[in-house]
Amino acid sequence: MNSFAAELESLRPQLMKYAQLQLRNSAWAEDAVSETLLAALEKPQSFAGRSQLKSWLIGILKHKLVDQVRRNSREMSMTAEDGEDLDESLFRPDGHWREPPQDWGNPEQTLAQVDFMRVLEACVDQLPGQQGRLFMMREWLELDTDEVCKLLSISPTNLWVMLHRARLRLRECLQLNWFSAP
Amino acid sequence: MKLKRTCREVTHLALQALEQPLPLSDRVAVRLHLWICKYCVAFTRQLKLMEKAGERWRRYCEE
Repeated sequence: MNSFAAELESLRPQLMKYAQLQLRNSAWAEDAVSETLLAALEKPQSFAGRSQLKSWLIGILKHKLVDQVRRNSREMSMTAEDGEDLDESLFRPDGHWREPPQDWGNPEQTLAQVDFMRVLEACVDQLPGQQGRLFMMREWLELDTDEVCKLLSISPTNLWVMLHRARLRLRECLQLNWFSAP
Repeated sequence: MKLKRTCREVTHLALQALEQPLPLSDRVAVRLHLWICKYCVAFTRQLKLMEKAGERWRRYCEE
């Protein structure tokens, strides 16, 4: 195995992590990563030190993930957990906060920490399946509403409800595991 | 036009604003609410941090 192939192989686990976060299915994730590595091995000249190897691969992976979403969209549906609304637990019947949101301090200080990124990834991983996929499509693949809705055959309203829930869950998870962690 | 909104409503409008521009009447109502509610101000700051975190995260995973 030449060194380029060895380097690709060493990045496979990281590609798998993001593929799994997006697809929530290890067989599909394996396929997306294999297709990514294959594309890289077939066209090593298009890399040519243009940028970091990892960011080049992530760029290819993002396209392959969209392909996988398109191919398997029928099997990507809501679970019971996706349907749960957090409003009851967040607000009193009169619409006031049950627990006031806390001050999260200086964003720059928080976001500069690698550990925060790890907690963030763990929190995204804990989202219910469909919420996780939609959140990833929006935030990580940076697809717009139209693209996401077309890929999964859902309405914008449906997408927004799911993204609301995902962001509220993420907020809870960050509060619990970062901002109030000992 | 309903100007008085609850924290629950303002929370959802703040989340909605991440996806599409709010109608003017909603923007006014949210502003008014934030003027008097420090809890919702804290919530919208949390949302901003999460938005920035998404940006930072996309860079982080390529490093």
